[in-house]
Amino acid sequence: MSLFYFVAFLSILFALLVIFAKNPVHSVLYLILTFFTFTIQYVLLNAQFLAIVNFIVYMGAIMVLFLFVIMLLNLNKDSEPIRSNFIKFAGVIAGGCLLVVIVAAVKALDKSQPVILRQGDLGLVKSLGKVLFNQFLLPFEVSSLLLFSAMVGAVLLATKDKQPSNA
Amino acid sequence: MELALIGFVGEKFILVGIIFGISLVVAMYSTYAERKVAAFFQDRVGPNRAGPLGILQPLADGAKMFMKEEIIPTRASSLLFIVGPSLAIMTACIGSAVIPWGQPVIIGSDYFDLQVADINVGVLYIFGVVSLGVYGVMIGGWASNNKYSLLGAIRAASQNISYEIAMGLSIIALLMVTGTLSLREIVEQQHGFWHHGYFTWNFFRQPLGFLLFIVCAFAETNRTPFDLPECETELVGGYHTEYSSMKLGFYLFSEYINMFVSSAVMSTLYFGGYNYPGMDYVNATLGGTWGPLVGVGVLFAKIVFFIFFFMWVRWTIPRFRYDQLMDLGWKILIPLAIANIVLTGLFSTFFK
Repeated sequence: MSLFYFVAFLSILFALLVIFAKNPVHSVLYLILTFFTFTIQYVLLNAQFLAIVNFIVYMGAIMVLFLFVIMLLNLNKDSEPIRSNFIKFAGVIAGGCLLVVIVAAVKALDKSQPVILRQGDLGLVKSLGKVLFNQFLLPFEVSSLLLFSAMVGAVLLATKDKQPSNA
Repeated sequence: MELALIGFVGEKFILVGIIFGISLVVAMYSTYAERKVAAFFQDRVGPNRAGPLGILQPLADGAKMFMKEEIIPTRASSLLFIVGPSLAIMTACIGSAVIPWGQPVIIGSDYFDLQVADINVGVLYIFGVVSLGVYGVMIGGWASNNKYSLLGAIRAASQNISYEIAMGLSIIALLMVTGTLSLREIVEQQHGFWHHGYFTWNFFRQPLGFLLFIVCAFAETNRTPFDLPECETELVGGYHTEYSSMKLGFYLFSEYINMFVSSAVMSTLYFGGYNYPGMDYVNATLGGTWGPLVGVGVLFAKIVFFIFFFMWVRWTIPRFRYDQLMDLGWKILIPLAIANIVLTGLFSTFFK
């Protein structure tokens, strides 16, 4: 339990550093560390598959792309437009509203009910696969279609228009 | 209970120490072997001054690396400049944790497991470590504050991401055959060499998958013909242009450790790991202590062969152009890997 609190503290710390870091590249690196602490939490929950997928997909693929794009953008202090006070003011109000909503939602739910795992090996690859390919086969396949359509859409947006043919 | 736990942890620490030591020595002597192999291919002598046959050359190189001046460029991001090579060598080393180096060794009445961690997502762990490996290069290249370094880092990132996909797809076909993600179980399925009228090694079940895997392994370790991140004719020195002294040494070293670990993974996944023909007879003759150690020797022989293969290719095939590299990855390897998955599925449905 104490390990959980330590790792949770680390994730909150790194998440705050993502926001407060001046340099966007440092922000992304802190975000990678945040995801790494999530991976540790999954391992603590004995959800090995989720842990490793979080590791591969978020840390290994998505964040590499983030880092890639931010490095290419080359955000310098001189090229960064200076934000006006009005935008800062609006941002503070919007953030405050979000905070109020979250606090209200947590209050309305009264108290989080601790979920007790009935099976300790629920997160292992075998049990997860059995559940996904028996009980939730249709949603699983539908979500794969969704991802596929997103992929086709991205390719369609990225390819240049061909020269109109003469025929 | 406490004592048993301490004994377990101590045993694992010793094993980790031995494996790190061996990987570092193998990496050290890979540099020597690379120069000797290159010399052989180009009809030269190669390093022959330090010690008999130049056998002390790696020590001389290491001493040189340590003695050189440590330079951190003024406008570089100084912390990340150090994090880059550290991360590169760390990710190179931790991949070896899930590789089963041999059958359990019996000394007296005690079992010693020659695998640091038998996690049941071993293959995915290897894959995760590989995908993490690119950060060392990217962070180092960006922190150098040099255009050539940044270009090298960006090349490395896009190359690794592209080839990871084909690598993952080629592993999926293998997993369809083995039905498990644990490396220990995958090796045990390949016991011996010949069983039920067919080879047990996965290479003979997944030849196309192995071909895809080895091409992707070359790309992931940034070896020729895929060493575009450090292409000196276009990018000065690539992502490690600004590095000097041992930080450069760590980058070069991590490449050789990566080569060692990926050779071990290839032998484990496709070439039976520590299995060899007639191993049951040898184990029965030599007993529980020396029998498994012969298996370890066989695994290392396979690894050395793959390392030699890496070098063989490096000194034979010229570098790709960048667009050719991307075409190969996206237009040839990925469709081939998907076709391999479909073929494997059809085969295992209709012929078994």
